[in-house]
Amino acid sequence: MLLAATLVPLQAVAFGLVALGAPLVVLTRDPLRQALVNGIYGVSLVCLFVVLQAPDPALSMLVVSSIGYPLVILAAIARVRSRDRTKGDEER
Amino acid sequence: MSRRTRILVLCPALLGLGALFVWAIAGLPAFGDYRGPYGYVLNRVVVPLRHTTNVVMGTTFDVRGVDTMGEEFILLAAVVGVMLLLRDETRSRQAERHTSRLRTDAVRLVGIVMVGAGLLVGLWLMAFGYITPGGGFQGGLVVAGAILVLYLVGSHRDYRPFRDQHALDPLEALGAGGYVVIGLVALVSGTAFLTNLFGLGKTGTLLSSGSIALLNWASAIAVTCAMLLLFAEFLETYVVPLESEDSGS
Repeated sequence: MLLAATLVPLQAVAFGLVALGAPLVVLTRDPLRQALVNGIYGVSLVCLFVVLQAPDPALSMLVVSSIGYPLVILAAIARVRSRDRTKGDEER
Repeated sequence: MSRRTRILVLCPALLGLGALFVWAIAGLPAFGDYRGPYGYVLNRVVVPLRHTTNVVMGTTFDVRGVDTMGEEFILLAAVVGVMLLLRDETRSRQAERHTSRLRTDAVRLVGIVMVGAGLLVGLWLMAFGYITPGGGFQGGLVVAGAILVLYLVGSHRDYRPFRDQHALDPLEALGAGGYVVIGLVALVSGTAFLTNLFGLGKTGTLLSSGSIALLNWASAIAVTCAMLLLFAEFLETYVVPLESEDSGS
């Protein structure tokens, strides 16, 4: 295939990491852990972008996956859990 | 619907999707085979014409300046949406739980170093966005993230100015509106909207690239304030009863 002819080994490794990371994010069931795994998956995407010589998207991906997105998920989880807790208290 | 029927429905759908996917992949250009002549033209033309060494910034803020304005307003609309949903009920909401203040000195020290380093890196990304990789969006997010770390390791009083909506709302408007104003200045002076008007300066220095630098700063302010507003709304609504914590200390 043409793909193998032009793919540098480093790029192949970066693609492999991304391909491994994506199902890991989906298969993690606990939302809190999923936020963490998703952050690590984001770093693998950053590596891919850097290896493909695209520093600007790499920087965007880095800040979005490590700062912006986890906060939104964590806030939502904190909200849901505290609501569950108060509900549990009322039932008792 | 029983499990068996669901699988029966799923299988042909998966097969169809898989076939389409394989067909699409097979039709792609080979890896690394770039077929957009536009990119080659920009690579050759942007540096001499706009005196910016980061062609990506030259593209987003000059050649495709209107697109970036649209993106900035997408972010603005998203933040306004969050505020409309959350700001109303934040005040009346009762304190649901207290966060304990961070007591470990080592963690606080590392956190404070991270705040300083984050602010420095963020400002560097903003300021040098049109010279090296980076720009207003990335720098703004890093600065907002550093301030969020300040919230995590510092006291709530340190963080208070950064969740003050009376200060953040006008700044956000300044960033988002400033972009349009810079575009309109070009229109008033008799050229097209968002034409690069200002002196282009010496390539590779901070005083270069004309209005790209100003547009970059406008979007940097807009993104930083948008993220801070977002953080403030989320933190107030979801996580921390800030008022009670402050009055207690």
